[in-house]
Amino acid sequence: MDKENTNENKKSLNQIVTDLTKPLKKHYGFRTWILFLIGIIMLGLFAYVIQLQKGLGVTAMRDYVSWGLYIASFIFFVATALIGMLISSVLGLIGYKWITPIARIAEMIAVGFALWAGLVIIFDMGRPDRFWHLFAYGRVQSPIVWDVTVVMTYVAISILLYLLPLIPDMPFLKKVMTDQPKWKQKMYHILSFGWVGSEGQYKLIKKLIRVLAVLIIPVALAIHTVTSWLFAMTPRVGWASTIFGPYYVTGAFVTGGAAVVIAMFIFSRDFRLRNYITDFHFDKMGKLMVLLMLVYLYFNLNEFIIPGYQQQRGEDHHIYALFQGQFALMFWLVQIGGMIIPIILLLFKKMRKPLPSLIIGIAVLIGAFFKRYIITIPTLMHPHLPIQNVPADFHTYWPTAFEWSITGMAIAGAVLVITILAKLFPIMPIWEIAHEEGITNEEMNEFTGNN
Amino acid sequence: MKSRKNPEKNSDKKSTSRRDFLKKGLLAGAGTVIGGSIVGSFNAFAESGDTLKVLGPDGKVMAVDKSHLKEIGARTEEQMQQAGREGIPGKKWVMVIDLSKCQNARMCMAACQHAHVLKPEQHHINVLQMDHGGDTAPYFMPKPCQHCDDPPCTKVCPVDATFIRQDGIVLIDNERCIGCRFCIAACPYSARVFNWSDPKDKEKYEGVEYNIELNVPQKKGTISKCLFSADRLREGKLPYCVSACPNGVYWFGDQNEDAVTNGTSKETVKFSELIKENAGYTLMPELGTHPSVYYLPEKNRTVPFKFEGKTTLDKEEHNS
Repeated sequence: MDKENTNENKKSLNQIVTDLTKPLKKHYGFRTWILFLIGIIMLGLFAYVIQLQKGLGVTAMRDYVSWGLYIASFIFFVATALIGMLISSVLGLIGYKWITPIARIAEMIAVGFALWAGLVIIFDMGRPDRFWHLFAYGRVQSPIVWDVTVVMTYVAISILLYLLPLIPDMPFLKKVMTDQPKWKQKMYHILSFGWVGSEGQYKLIKKLIRVLAVLIIPVALAIHTVTSWLFAMTPRVGWASTIFGPYYVTGAFVTGGAAVVIAMFIFSRDFRLRNYITDFHFDKMGKLMVLLMLVYLYFNLNEFIIPGYQQQRGEDHHIYALFQGQFALMFWLVQIGGMIIPIILLLFKKMRKPLPSLIIGIAVLIGAFFKRYIITIPTLMHPHLPIQNVPADFHTYWPTAFEWSITGMAIAGAVLVITILAKLFPIMPIWEIAHEEGITNEEMNEFTGNN
Repeated sequence: MKSRKNPEKNSDKKSTSRRDFLKKGLLAGAGTVIGGSIVGSFNAFAESGDTLKVLGPDGKVMAVDKSHLKEIGARTEEQMQQAGREGIPGKKWVMVIDLSKCQNARMCMAACQHAHVLKPEQHHINVLQMDHGGDTAPYFMPKPCQHCDDPPCTKVCPVDATFIRQDGIVLIDNERCIGCRFCIAACPYSARVFNWSDPKDKEKYEGVEYNIELNVPQKKGTISKCLFSADRLREGKLPYCVSACPNGVYWFGDQNEDAVTNGTSKETVKFSELIKENAGYTLMPELGTHPSVYYLPEKNRTVPFKFEGKTTLDKEEHNS
């Protein structure tokens, strides 16, 4: 009996390793996908070079709407990156087992989007050549300095949280990726940091991951709270809100959750991992999304109903523009199509199946992007004093082709980071999946030859 | 550090300090000391015989031989930066705008845009047509930077590019500015403009030393804003907008002296009385910014309101 069980386990470990490393070797359409992403990035880069030469005048931003699509994208990127903290850290610490196959995907999204969030903010600078001024003359009183600090910290911890759980996977990669180029094998060797799979090492790495998982919670909360403070600290209608911190954080979880659902669908199909990311996982994510969106809906109610009811002078114009005026179409599409309908749909089990989940996830993600647009732009169009004696285009804002191209570059860039990571390393932790299948450390060591 | 490497600059500094000394001695320093020992020590120089009358601080008029005078020349950028960041000691500049006088002549805007080399759509001072609706007639409100005592804009600046000086002026250092535009977002008075593309007359100002108190030359990708004409104040003159007004709208002065001077009539009155007697107020006091710009109410409005102009610039009027 015992012997049979061991045999079965070995087979299953073999299966796990093969399933998870296969997409790293041969991958149909991978080149085309990379070329596609690089094409978008080149276009954005071209646009950015022109923007550098001619100045931010190539955008639609002017003295009144002085923050536009770049800043909206920045919030979106930071928001999406936050999901790494929620899934791999919070849910992991609570002890949910179903996150094992998607935790690394969430962490990849966190790394990709957090890295590019830092770049997006540079695209918005009038003088990117003076970025170093932030370090030379930085004022600790400015929320921008807080933001730069926490974004960099979050990127660093996210990378560590991605790399550390990779270490025990490296012996497997060294073992099976022998047909791969030398540099890859060398990289796997270096990143294994002398992993031999001893009990002590397992204990240590689990402890390390746990420490980082705890550390990243305040940092993640800080990065999005501080991002919201960039707005909330200014005396502006629609921004000067005391609930902006939690409003942003809860919105961020919705955004990142949708991104994870989309990534789950793509990876499970394209990497042929349906046996690992199953309907069960989509069902769980769907339920999680409902919870996250309900919390977000609650903050939305507070954020809009109160000023809408009060109709204070100044606020009234802003609320009118959102509810009935210039931004009404976008506002209601985002609120209803990107939040309320998805909540209702995801209450039904059928809608939490992979394909419906994907479609709902896309709707939520697009809604989330334009929600950031709604947060950023309308407020700037309603300053305290009238906009006068300026050209007509100072009164309006719609992003130019330059802004769309550069934002497109940022999105493609984040996706490219995720793609490259998925191509270099397994998208699920082999060792953790094996543990869940009841495979012991000795059996894994036997497989990798680390005895 | 630089001066050690560069002997020329070193000697420059020496002479600068002498010049500074002279300047201080002649214009602001202790006149009696000059009259006594210092001028006496200058007797070693060959005297031209031509004398110049200067006013000592104690009110005595004194004669100084012309040969003792040296041309001060332009200050270096470094000196301008330092002095510009410090401000003028002992002063607290204040502006009073009498809305009942404004006829929308816009001479203030023109003078300002000319002085600071601004494009037509860039306003350090902007005359707004205010319309509160209802039964009241609209009125014109010139709106410079309010030079708040607690400015929301300087608070958020990440690199100390915009700051408030000891004399209450909020300046922008466009050598430091990174172009994040957080200050635009934070300013409730929409007082700031940005150089979205190359500034006006870029070629003409190529290589000109940056004067932080004039914010010229303007630079692409940086903020520009009203400076209360800090360069003019240093020369003891009234700001560009104040002296350009034909209608007596502006009063300007030093709150510490409690005196403001009208830019048109040159009449000087007590600031506190002017504000008290005319029910002066500041814009949006509820924001706690404590502006240095005060307004006198828009009484004597023309009813019915007549204004043939426009409040949006046409395409040919700007070049952005």
